[in-house]
Amino acid sequence: MKPARFSYHLPATVDEAVALLAKLAPDDGRIIAGGQSLVPTMAFRMAQPPHLIDINGIAELNRIDVEGDIVRIGAGVRHAAFEAAGAVPGVTGVWLGQVVRHIAHYPIRTRGTFCGSVANADPASEWCCVVAALDGRVVAESASGTRRIAAADYFEGVMATSRRDDELVTAVELPLLPDGTRCGFAEFSRRPGDFAIAMAMTAYRLVDDLIVEARIAIGGAEPFPRRIAEAEAALNGQPPTAAVFAEVAAIAAAAVDPMEDSNNTADYRRSLVRAMTLRALEAAA
Amino acid sequence: MSKPAERWIGASVPRLEDLPLVTGRGRFAGDVDFPHQLHMRIVRSSLAHGRLISVDTAAARAMDGVVAVWTAADIADLPPIEFREGPIEKLAPYRQLVLAAERVRYVGDPVAAVFAEDPYIAEDAAECVVVEIEELEPVLDAAATPVEYRPGLDTESTICRQGYGDVDAIFADAATVVEIDVSIGRHSGVPLETRGAIGRYDAARDVLELHGAAKVPHRNRESLARMLGRSTAGVHLYEGHVGGGFGIRGEIYPEDVLVLVAAMRLGRPVKWLEDRREHMIAANQSRQQRHRIRAAVDGEGRVLAIDDDFFHDQGAYLRTHGSRVVDTTCGILPGPYRLPHYRVNGHVRMTNKTPCATYRSPGRFESNFARERLMDAVAERLGLSRVEVRRRNLIAPREMPFERPLVALGDDVVYDSGRYEALLDKALAHIGWDALERDVVSRRAAGEYFGLGLAIYVEKSGLGPTDGARVNIHTSGEIEVITGGASVGQGFETVIAQVCAEVLGSDYRQVRVIHGRTDRIEYGIGAHATRATVMTANAAAVAANKVRAKALDMAAQLLQADAADLDIADGRVVRKGEGEGASIGLGELAHHLRPTSPTRGDRDPGLTAEGWFNTSHMTYPYGVQIAVAAIDKDTGAVRIEKLLIAYDIGRAINPMLVEGQLVGGFAQGLGGSLLEEFRYDERGQPLSVTFADYLLPTAHDVPNVDVMLTEDAPSGVNPLGIKGAGEGGIAAAGAVIASAIDDALGSAGTITRLPITPQYLKATIDAARAAVRV
Ligand SMILES: Cc1cc2nc3c(=O)[nH]c(=O)nc-3n(C[C@H](O)[C@H](O)[C@H](O)COP(=O)(O)OP(=O)(O)OC[C@H]3O[C@@H](n4cnc5c(N)ncnc54)[C@H](O)[C@@H]3O)c2cc1C
Repeated sequence: MKPARFSYHLPATVDEAVALLAKLAPDDGRIIAGGQSLVPTMAFRMAQPPHLIDINGIAELNRIDVEGDIVRIGAGVRHAAFEAAGAVPGVTGVWLGQVVRHIAHYPIRTRGTFCGSVANADPASEWCCVVAALDGRVVAESASGTRRIAAADYFEGVMATSRRDDELVTAVELPLLPDGTRCGFAEFSRRPGDFAIAMAMTAYRLVDDLIVEARIAIGGAEPFPRRIAEAEAALNGQPPTAAVFAEVAAIAAAAVDPMEDSNNTADYRRSLVRAMTLRALEAAA
Repeated sequence: MSKPAERWIGASVPRLEDLPLVTGRGRFAGDVDFPHQLHMRIVRSSLAHGRLISVDTAAARAMDGVVAVWTAADIADLPPIEFREGPIEKLAPYRQLVLAAERVRYVGDPVAAVFAEDPYIAEDAAECVVVEIEELEPVLDAAATPVEYRPGLDTESTICRQGYGDVDAIFADAATVVEIDVSIGRHSGVPLETRGAIGRYDAARDVLELHGAAKVPHRNRESLARMLGRSTAGVHLYEGHVGGGFGIRGEIYPEDVLVLVAAMRLGRPVKWLEDRREHMIAANQSRQQRHRIRAAVDGEGRVLAIDDDFFHDQGAYLRTHGSRVVDTTCGILPGPYRLPHYRVNGHVRMTNKTPCATYRSPGRFESNFARERLMDAVAERLGLSRVEVRRRNLIAPREMPFERPLVALGDDVVYDSGRYEALLDKALAHIGWDALERDVVSRRAAGEYFGLGLAIYVEKSGLGPTDGARVNIHTSGEIEVITGGASVGQGFETVIAQVCAEVLGSDYRQVRVIHGRTDRIEYGIGAHATRATVMTANAAAVAANKVRAKALDMAAQLLQADAADLDIADGRVVRKGEGEGASIGLGELAHHLRPTSPTRGDRDPGLTAEGWFNTSHMTYPYGVQIAVAAIDKDTGAVRIEKLLIAYDIGRAINPMLVEGQLVGGFAQGLGGSLLEEFRYDERGQPLSVTFADYLLPTAHDVPNVDVMLTEDAPSGVNPLGIKGAGEGGIAAAGAVIASAIDDALGSAGTITRLPITPQYLKATIDAARAAVRV
């Protein structure tokens, strides 16, 4: 469990970082952010990048900025930052504050980054599910310019995205939810802190006691997180009752095409999608 | 914290060994370094079963910083790793070579060893060793028909048969026969400190040293000396801090032999530290058994006979323990029940998985699970309560000592003392069993999956035959106890110090306990089988009593008193009953006894003595565990709401440490019951090679464990009356958790296998509901 030999680069600016990436990415040079996913894979030698470009020295990335109804999370921002009240304003901030506690364990959260999770695109990443649920945008910078990739165009498969190897994720932008939005989150894992087997994120508002602007995103069950349009459609226009929630949860479970692996059957994952969707909706009520 | 002399035994005093551990100044294997040392890396088989065609080391040897690369051919003179208890001809062909030759038999089987200047280079070079293997069909199911292991031998290495009475006749006439088929998953002790071994040959003294030893340094010294053709006088083992033993650490593995041979042949110290992935495929695994077990029961629920045929998945080789886990399973399975007739066949079956050996409570975790599942099934069949059916079968106090014509760990099974039903009653009262049963009714009526579980079991401890200790009081007054014991972190130093302090009327913090050093004492059997406290404490008491007598004799001369009128308090010899008056410290007495002392007279020099404790029988503590479990019907997740361990320890030297052992053991048992499993795919590839796949229980997963210690049945086989605690928490964990979950499901007999996963429970609940709807 000693990593293979690599060279280490410590740029001080985004420009330096993308220049290095342009040069080294073709040679499997990689960004290292919090190292909480990359270092274990290097220790197992499943990854043997000959170059590491460490972005921890780039001060300009360590910021959470709010502009209008958009929050912009820089690539240096750690998971743990979201545990502080007010880190992100409004209901969105409260919601992220609940979600973050399901990510790994505290020591890992003090190193791992929001953008690193999004770059890594684990199917069970809570932050990826957030990006999907809120239709966030991934800001990808390279020597040839900056792209803003919408969530729907970003995730492509298990740990596969439309980000090019020479692109640095400098930030993720999330739209802030309007006041009064009811947000819920639920996930299931064998032990607290483990990657979830399935998770659900739900948000909606009530107008005249009926649900509008429903968002239901499922993570962990499929190769990447996504909003479930059928379930959202079934929720919009309905009152927030137990019967409605149960029906919507069943629709979400029917809509997913769950992964199967040596630990979990597709059936089990599907039943967890149903249970988690229901719990997230109940938590939001 | 100065206490009256008699009060150390039975006091929950803090552990003496903690200061270096909690201040980061301990010395684990990884902390041991020698100048000019080399680092070893093992190249392992990537296939579960195959013919080893070639191992090409040329590229690795050519790398900068690589000193040597060995394959089986380089160490062809080394014998396979031997059984600790001596040669067993029938089993010898199943032993493991230090490096595989011709065949590889599990993923992880060592095929080459790289020695390099640093661990990074060693790992780089190991990746360049090209191993060619022709894959063969792996054997993965121990219950399947045996196949060839090597020419002339099949995969059933042996069958352990034990029993007594006339089982066939009883079954032929039985009012009721209850049969179950239950399995325990493959799991093991997974200490947070992985293994480590540092070999060093000191030419100046002609001594070969092994650092990083644990558990059984003296026994291993003998085995290693024999394997390497050296005199034991020229081999020494050194135990440092041990970050978890659990039975798997401290056995002789191929790597231990390799660092020693390499240290001799390469002329430099050699260090090896196992990494986690290696640990998960190379260190001993355990537990995997399938029992087809049946009971013959009379009309009143008395179990007249048990007949058990079980299959033990041994993995690729028989390691240092031989077939001990299976022998113990056979010998201990009847547990606390009278059981007039018994027959067991334990099939030791070789498979293409990591070899198995002992893990904390070997043979008992498994047999308690099988037997208690059977007792629950008997209760269900006869419509009796689970408590009542057990009550009707428990051995009564008047039957003690209770002899069973069985053997466990080479000892005849004789339960020395026990008041089983009394403990059952105390446990039921303590947890409020009757009220809990009412809770079950009401919570089930409300749609919950909620249940109670119960397990009763007999543990064993204090494996002999002997242990020695030398007590030596320095002129400073500090007491040194040199033992052949070993510490795997269980509080060994503290309890031995408590016993000596009590005998010597001294403060336990004045006692320094030496263990795990073959260069300080000639013999020792170490820390395993819950023996260390029972054996070493009794030996230390014998030695301390001799020192006490000598101190009093010397003091009598100096104080001009009769030794019988003297006592020791606070480390000073005083006249009995006198608070004030002349006194003399133990250190001063040591001074008077030094070789050149004019006052010594014709006494032997030194305030020192050696003591031995011999025993022909183990001592048998016993327990009752009760669990309260709830299942989340939407996810299958289990929550243990309450857990009680009622345990009779005979006499607790340090109740806090006993509780710690029981709770810690239970936490591990919960792991094996709900979370931990070494799984393999259909090609024998291990699937649980990281802590993301092999799930250890964390603080979140372990319930509050309520411990009720009793001292109702002190041991009759040792003077201190003590019994062991090390394995009492884990021994019945699988049994009690299964019983509670089974009850929560509301369909008795559903839980037949450990670990119990949420996925399985969810599917079971869904299937039952669907059946109701149909
Ligand atoms: C025990 C354990 C449990 C965990 N449990 C969870 C969990 O429950 N949920 C969860 O979501 N995560 C979990 N994680 C993963 C953790 O959240 C990681 O921090 C996260 O996945 C990656 O973020 P990082 O900053 O550590 O990235 P790194 O490990 O540094 O990098 C990960 C990958 O992303 C790339 N990368 C990182 N940042 C950028 C960037 N700005 N631009 C381009 N590429 C980049 C790297 O090149 C690398 O390929 C767990 C980790 C551990 C060790």
